[in-house]
Amino acid sequence: MNIAIASGKGGTGKTTVSTNLSLFLGEMGEKVRYLDCDVEEPNGHLFLKPEILQSHAAVIPIPVIDEKTCNACGACVRFCEYKALIRLGKKVMVFPELCHGCGGCTLLCPSFAISEQTKEIGFVESGISGSIGFVHGRLNIGEAMSPPLIRKVLEQATKEAINIIDAPPGTSCPVIASIRNADFVVLVTEPTPFGLNDLGLALDMIQELRIPHGIVVNRAETGNTDAEVFCEKRQVKIIAQIPDDRRIAESYSRGEMILTAVPGIRERFAELWRSIRKQVQA
Amino acid sequence: MKEIVIISGKGGTGKTSIAASFAALANGNAVMADCDVDAADLHLILKPEIGLRSEFRSGHKAAIRPENCIGCGKCAEVCRFGAVRDGTTWVAYPGVTYSIDPIACEGCGVCVSLCPARTIDFPEEICGEWYVSTTRFGTMVHAKLGIAAENSGKLVTLVRSEAKRLAQEQEADYVLIDGSPGIGCPVIASLTAANLALIVTEPTVSGDHDLRRIVSLTKQLRVPAMVCVNKWDINIAATEMIKDFAQSQGIGFAGLVRYDKAVTQAQRKLETVTEFCSEGVAVDIQSIWNAVTKAIWQYDT
Repeated sequence: MNIAIASGKGGTGKTTVSTNLSLFLGEMGEKVRYLDCDVEEPNGHLFLKPEILQSHAAVIPIPVIDEKTCNACGACVRFCEYKALIRLGKKVMVFPELCHGCGGCTLLCPSFAISEQTKEIGFVESGISGSIGFVHGRLNIGEAMSPPLIRKVLEQATKEAINIIDAPPGTSCPVIASIRNADFVVLVTEPTPFGLNDLGLALDMIQELRIPHGIVVNRAETGNTDAEVFCEKRQVKIIAQIPDDRRIAESYSRGEMILTAVPGIRERFAELWRSIRKQVQA
Repeated sequence: MKEIVIISGKGGTGKTSIAASFAALANGNAVMADCDVDAADLHLILKPEIGLRSEFRSGHKAAIRPENCIGCGKCAEVCRFGAVRDGTTWVAYPGVTYSIDPIACEGCGVCVSLCPARTIDFPEEICGEWYVSTTRFGTMVHAKLGIAAENSGKLVTLVRSEAKRLAQEQEADYVLIDGSPGIGCPVIASLTAANLALIVTEPTVSGDHDLRRIVSLTKQLRVPAMVCVNKWDINIAATEMIKDFAQSQGIGFAGLVRYDKAVTQAQRKLETVTEFCSEGVAVDIQSIWNAVTKAIWQYDT
């Protein structure tokens, strides 16, 4: 079972929800694997403090041109949608940072002058945190494209476990790569104009992808019903609330798990899990 | 004219609240650019009146014309993005087994070029809209990326270059760029060749971790950077560590912003912090603006 945690707006509490939900499920005796797909800025390890047992480079294929065979006909240059190949006089040059690794130029070159080599874009590291399986990706600094690395992280999801997928913020390609195969998406928001505006964008995206979903309101304040009003209007269900509490902010700042540091939070995660369970089975 | 990018690595550290206040403090001497195109919020506070609305066209998506598909499966064989659905998972049309999942399609065109029946179309995509607008503090360029659309980096580049052009035309001193979280494609597009990056961080383990990665990126791109710490009093020890880190990296320290409910209250009233109040946190932001605008003319970029 794949449960993704996403948000639209950054900093609403995706990592807090996903790491603590993983811990909660682990303590319940479930087989859990936490997968941090926020490969640009992965933070889950700061809270789960895993023992990393394996690390391997994630690579994408990029073209290499054999100058002796290439007659600079330009077929590859005309084909490449990403402008990763440019002809300069009698030579074709490759710009690896623009290449998406589709392999088209290699297949289409009439002189068979193009082969592929691999380019490292980051690392996938995995290990354990107590009983929780841990996987994250770390994108190399300066690398623009995260989806290929996200797909490598997700290859380590396992059918036998509950996979908790910590998605990056936003609503574009990296998020879609992270949540595409989720059985359920938890959208974490906060009851502010920014939080709810970006929740709206995330809902537009998720409804396009047709994945079952529910809302967690973080930093919920008593007396503030903005999130309830918004969710009613969009006809989506709030499945749990986490109160606005300075103790939570402070324990988060130190890298502590709120499940153990803040009394009374456990019940919120129990409630969240009951609600997910019900909707995934239905 | 100088381009200031407000950026953070970690999301939700207060980029947009600070960018909006900067717009108020620059008061007419800046053009604003919201480069967080897939989760834009600056417009909620600046309330732009849209003057010019344009389509953002970029890239292509494959689409199989089912009537001529011979079902050979070449497209599925060559696609590296898992975007070709076969009949076992999805049936598009009676008797035809292959179709393209537009969300997974990367727009590379390999299938289009290699289809023996030449039955794959490759129309240009409309990936969103962008706008040139008027606000109470001056001109603003912003955008909305289409639902599940790609090419956010190109849209950022477009918004930024348009803002720069308008700033030159208006002889404004600054372009204020509200960036997106992360270190990937839209962030690189908003940072490249900017005059100064103001990194907004928070005194948490995540804020500190992500700060280090975004600082490395600014160094790699050779963009001068300054750091400010939002909600600094949440964890004073962590704030000190961030200050030390900035110093060790030779990065300017722009100041501290206290934890203050006024920031959220201002946002709920859809006002900038500096309009909402004139004390406390508003003074903190004013002094960061002073530090940034003083430093930027000293960098030789």
